[in-house]
Amino acid sequence: MSTAQARDGAAVELSGLRVAFGKTQVVDGVDLKVERGQALALIGESGSGKSVTLRSILRLFPAGRSRIEGKILAAGKDVLALDTKALSHFRGGDVSMIFQEPLLAFDPVYSVGRQITESIQRHEKISSKDVRARALALFERVRIPSPERRLDNYPHEMSGGMRQRAMIALALACRPQVLLADEPTTALDATVQIQVLLLLRELQRDLGLSIVIVTHDLGAAVEVADRIAVMYAGKIVEVGTAKEIVRDPHHPYTIGLLRSRAEGAMDKGSRLQTIPGSPPDLANRPPGCPFAPRCFLAEDRCRKEMPPEVELSPGHRAACWFTDEASSAYRAGPQPVAVEMA
Amino acid sequence: MSVIPNGLDPFATDRGGPAQPLLSISGLIKHFPVRKGTGPKRVVRAVDGVDFDVLKGETLGIVGESGCGKSTTAKLIMGLIERDSGDMLYDGQAIGERAMPWRSYRRQAQMVFQDSYASLNPRMTVEQSIAFGPKVNGVPGRQAVERARALLARVGLEPKRFAGRYPHEISGGQRQRVNIARALALEPRLVLLDEAVSALDKSVEAQVLNLLLDLKAEFGLTYIFISHDLNVVRFISDRVMVMYLGRVAEIGPSDQVLAAPSHPYTQALLASMPSLDPDNRTQEALLAGDPPNPIDPPSGCRFHPRCTLAEGVCSAVEPSLSPVMPLHRVACLARQPGSGHSAAPSEAIAA
Repeated sequence: MSTAQARDGAAVELSGLRVAFGKTQVVDGVDLKVERGQALALIGESGSGKSVTLRSILRLFPAGRSRIEGKILAAGKDVLALDTKALSHFRGGDVSMIFQEPLLAFDPVYSVGRQITESIQRHEKISSKDVRARALALFERVRIPSPERRLDNYPHEMSGGMRQRAMIALALACRPQVLLADEPTTALDATVQIQVLLLLRELQRDLGLSIVIVTHDLGAAVEVADRIAVMYAGKIVEVGTAKEIVRDPHHPYTIGLLRSRAEGAMDKGSRLQTIPGSPPDLANRPPGCPFAPRCFLAEDRCRKEMPPEVELSPGHRAACWFTDEASSAYRAGPQPVAVEMA
Repeated sequence: MSVIPNGLDPFATDRGGPAQPLLSISGLIKHFPVRKGTGPKRVVRAVDGVDFDVLKGETLGIVGESGCGKSTTAKLIMGLIERDSGDMLYDGQAIGERAMPWRSYRRQAQMVFQDSYASLNPRMTVEQSIAFGPKVNGVPGRQAVERARALLARVGLEPKRFAGRYPHEISGGQRQRVNIARALALEPRLVLLDEAVSALDKSVEAQVLNLLLDLKAEFGLTYIFISHDLNVVRFISDRVMVMYLGRVAEIGPSDQVLAAPSHPYTQALLASMPSLDPDNRTQEALLAGDPPNPIDPPSGCRFHPRCTLAEGVCSAVEPSLSPVMPLHRVACLARQPGSGHSAAPSEAIAA
């Protein structure tokens, strides 16, 4: 239904998004824009607020225990202004979501086909014969082998990869414009992960779907995303095209993430470059840049003032006082690390 | 100098010399019965005839998809589950026999699990958890606590701040450091790491990998490192073993196996690692579908239904693990002279 709607404006636009649970400010001022038909990856460590940012787009948090501030526009709708009824049409109809563990996301006591047809019937007036045909087409679309038989399977009867495909079919059931994916491949084997990532890319291309994927794996992000946003302690520290982030990072945290990957280590037995310390406690957020205590470039100014976002080139932004220094440190290549052991 | 009393334990020190493998596994089999309905009795062939050696001082990486038997192999090595058949020799001595009872073997071999939280007792402080093993083995209480504190300091956790904390009070990376300290408390020679860094964030994973390298050099440890992340395995391992449906597909030096894989399955595994190059993204998945079920493994070569090189002979003949290079062995008919496969090399490689 929603496919016929006006196709102007961004698919998702967050401005000044802040999400707090009690006194803990988990998302602290996120501005983000995803164009229609684009795939964006949000990457970061656990606790960086990437999943909370994603879930706030569907308002999946109970109103009493969370506080959302700022503006969320998704599929042309002001999400924070929707009433209960409009919200339930919006979820699934305009924007839908797939989760990390499909076994927990499906209802174990109904067959997968039944859950898909139920979802379609909830949103549209459709005959039971047509709805079955549409569920079947969805299963074919996500390439589930012998789809007719698989529709009658219960979630536990499917393997992990097939369940994630079924999850994607369910998410696409009401023809949403935006697909949100929360760590969709983390629980899967590498051989299955690449199949699911390729499927997401194919759906983006063929259906013109806009995708926001949350992952902690830079490799998975590069495989699907056109653009990558790096989150740290509830803020976006760098955003740019996949190429800009991987080849030309300007934020010390992005550089740390790239360097700490095991494939970056040239020689066996050489040590990996690490980011020292651990992420900050969000309940006691230090003043200034949240990454300063772990940063190799930090100076006094970083500990006092939060750096503004700097536009490095159109669409490539980083929030750091020392983007030039960070970039030239990265270009200089990994400095040889002293071998500490005998 | 051991802190463990009855230091006369002959296995605490090297017996067979450097050439004797620390651990020698042959014909290891473990089948789990499936209780389902009343049909014919069926079994999961989790580990189905596995042979390998772990050399002294090396790191052997084990990789494979879920259900390939890598964790079951680790549990069998630790004796956490009982093997159906097969021989396990530790430094030349059969494990579980009178000369090498499980109890003294387990002091030498320790394990670190994936779930750092579930593997610690929630009612014990980290110091108590680390000191527990030595205490059970007869170390006086105060000495055991001293040792726990020294180990905490060694894995990078300041004893003053962390000794009295409970597992839920520390982060995942810190908990895994505690688990590593606990594994080292009995001064083992062999440490099994079963997906020990998989649950950690990338930046923390790098810290723990560096720590593992340091500890290995400092204490002269031998590692068995199980992981599904080929990049991590390539980084840390000297040799790599690739498992598929309860059997060994390929084993050899890690730079050979992961740089020039010989088995089509290893090639497919490597091809499914996400590329970090935005201009050169993966175009096609080499392996379709999920790993098959180890209840009814395919006949002949277990990989043949998913293999690009499969021919008629592959479904009939089960390939043996034979050398393609010195130290590098592969179970694939296409690599074995005289196997009947059309791509097989014409004669044995002079090794």
